[in-house]
Amino acid sequence: MYSANIRRVSRRERKIKRELLNILVYVLVIIFFLPVVWIVLTSMRPEVEVNARPPVWIPSRLVWDSFTTLFQPGHVAGSVPFYSYLRNSLFISLFSTALALTVGTLAGYSFSRFRFAASGQSFIGMMMARSIPGISVSLPLFLLFARAGLIDRIGGMVLVYTAMNIPFTTWLMQGFFKDIPVTLDEAAQIDGCSRWQAFVRINLPLTLPGLAASGIFAFLTSWNEFQIASVITRTPNSKTFPVGLYDFTQQFTMDWRGMCAMSVVMLVPAVVFVLITQKQLIRGLTFGAFK
Amino acid sequence: MTDLSSMSQAKSISVAKTPAGRESFFNRRLPIIMALPAIALVVVIIVIPMIYSFYLSLTNLNLLRPAQTQFVGFDNYMRLFRDSVFWRSFFNTVIFMGVAVNVQFVLGLFMAQLMFRVNRGQGIVRTAIMAPMMFAPVLVGFQFKWFFHDQVGLVNNILYEITGRYQVIPWLVDYPSNLISILIAEIWMSTPFMVIVFMAGLVSLPSEPFEAAAVDGASGWQQFRFITFPLMSPFIYIAMVIRSLDLGRAYDLVRIMTGGGPAHRSEMIWTYTFRLAITNNRFGLGTAMSFITVAVSFVFVIYLFKQLAKSRQEVY
Repeated sequence: MYSANIRRVSRRERKIKRELLNILVYVLVIIFFLPVVWIVLTSMRPEVEVNARPPVWIPSRLVWDSFTTLFQPGHVAGSVPFYSYLRNSLFISLFSTALALTVGTLAGYSFSRFRFAASGQSFIGMMMARSIPGISVSLPLFLLFARAGLIDRIGGMVLVYTAMNIPFTTWLMQGFFKDIPVTLDEAAQIDGCSRWQAFVRINLPLTLPGLAASGIFAFLTSWNEFQIASVITRTPNSKTFPVGLYDFTQQFTMDWRGMCAMSVVMLVPAVVFVLITQKQLIRGLTFGAFK
Repeated sequence: MTDLSSMSQAKSISVAKTPAGRESFFNRRLPIIMALPAIALVVVIIVIPMIYSFYLSLTNLNLLRPAQTQFVGFDNYMRLFRDSVFWRSFFNTVIFMGVAVNVQFVLGLFMAQLMFRVNRGQGIVRTAIMAPMMFAPVLVGFQFKWFFHDQVGLVNNILYEITGRYQVIPWLVDYPSNLISILIAEIWMSTPFMVIVFMAGLVSLPSEPFEAAAVDGASGWQQFRFITFPLMSPFIYIAMVIRSLDLGRAYDLVRIMTGGGPAHRSEMIWTYTFRLAITNNRFGLGTAMSFITVAVSFVFVIYLFKQLAKSRQEVY
């Protein structure tokens, strides 16, 4: 009786501790999540509340006019050509992601399976190239692209982002390929598969989750990149969302609500993609720890 | 399962084409053919421009007077080392990155440990913490510029609610408060990434060492210090390596929040590179500066890759 009592108390104590821990985590996560809520709320509140003093915390009502202003066809919101940015960003990100994924997957497989002259060095060299800050790469590209007629062109941006995404894609993909036992390749070759067939028929289908993860990383990198774009895009011909948002913030009259609306639009593709591929993303980030 | 069926399929098709043991030129050279497009693109778009950039850094190229360009050797580098603004940007960067990475690491490990133990809503919590990872650095910069704005900023508004008095505190103008503001933005932006990697690491840890330690009466801290921490070291270094590949991302924050100013007070090596080369048109000097940013990145990456290799050997 007595001992049973003690056990019940300690169990309740443990339960309370658990709950306190839960609450602490919820609070911490809410602190990290709150800025997102604030941006979304601001984009939907009536204009007068944004600069109100004393501050208004909860919007009195939700309105959509900041979004409809952005999406009005032909409309230039506060000198920001929203549609051009959207078109350029989507086009550049999708194309460079597709290219980097193709090229990076091939290279990743090669580095995961074969040793050839200078293969190790090339691999490390590519990773070093990735760590060069965008601003440093953008300077010579600015001059070279001007000479090659690639400045302020979508094609030039696709090239740069493809090259920028290749090292990390290669790194991720070679990790995913290493997860597949080499014995599968060997078995396929004994059965008469060529090396190329072993890659296409055996390995590629098995790395679809890896492809998804690498694709998201490449897409997010291109979608969010600012440093290179800010130097080699000059006009709405090729300016991307991040550059557009930067221009937006440099105006004399600050349209905080409009900027928040633009931010929300910019966030949508990223959020959708990340939510869909969450699991693969986490695996992609951590596989390197095992290898 | 699927691999077996595709294998037998492959067999029936390829046996006729290539006799065993003798492969076509394409398949013999496959390793290099597969790696070549990637290597070529990186060389053409990144490596060759960087070599050209190094040449430029040895000249006095000014974009306004390209005709007067002369070869000046290492003068640009010497000039930078005598430049007080350069040293200010250098120390700002070292302090900034030093504090940022350490805080992100400790906070990340702490939060991962807590989140790992949550028994209700762990999935939602993990998804919610990923939100900052979807933000473009420019977006983070804009958001925090607005939070720390002296007139309409969230921070000053909260202070108003607490104190009942409206004060216009120029967070982004005064010296250390502007660096601290950018630091908070950077920590907000990058900590969730560490949390996610560390949580994945904690999930993968074997349970036997902890059971053994519990039997031996090890305290919570001892278990963390002598079991969790060493076993986690590959994850710690992988997080650091990926983080260090993107050190220069802080540029976006600084550029949008303060532009490096006022009067170079929040200058970093990356913003100073942009200022010299693009704003001031002094391309030779700017490219020289850019190689200092490259050197800083390389030092971090090489060190961390070495640590990663070492930690893998120790654990496995």
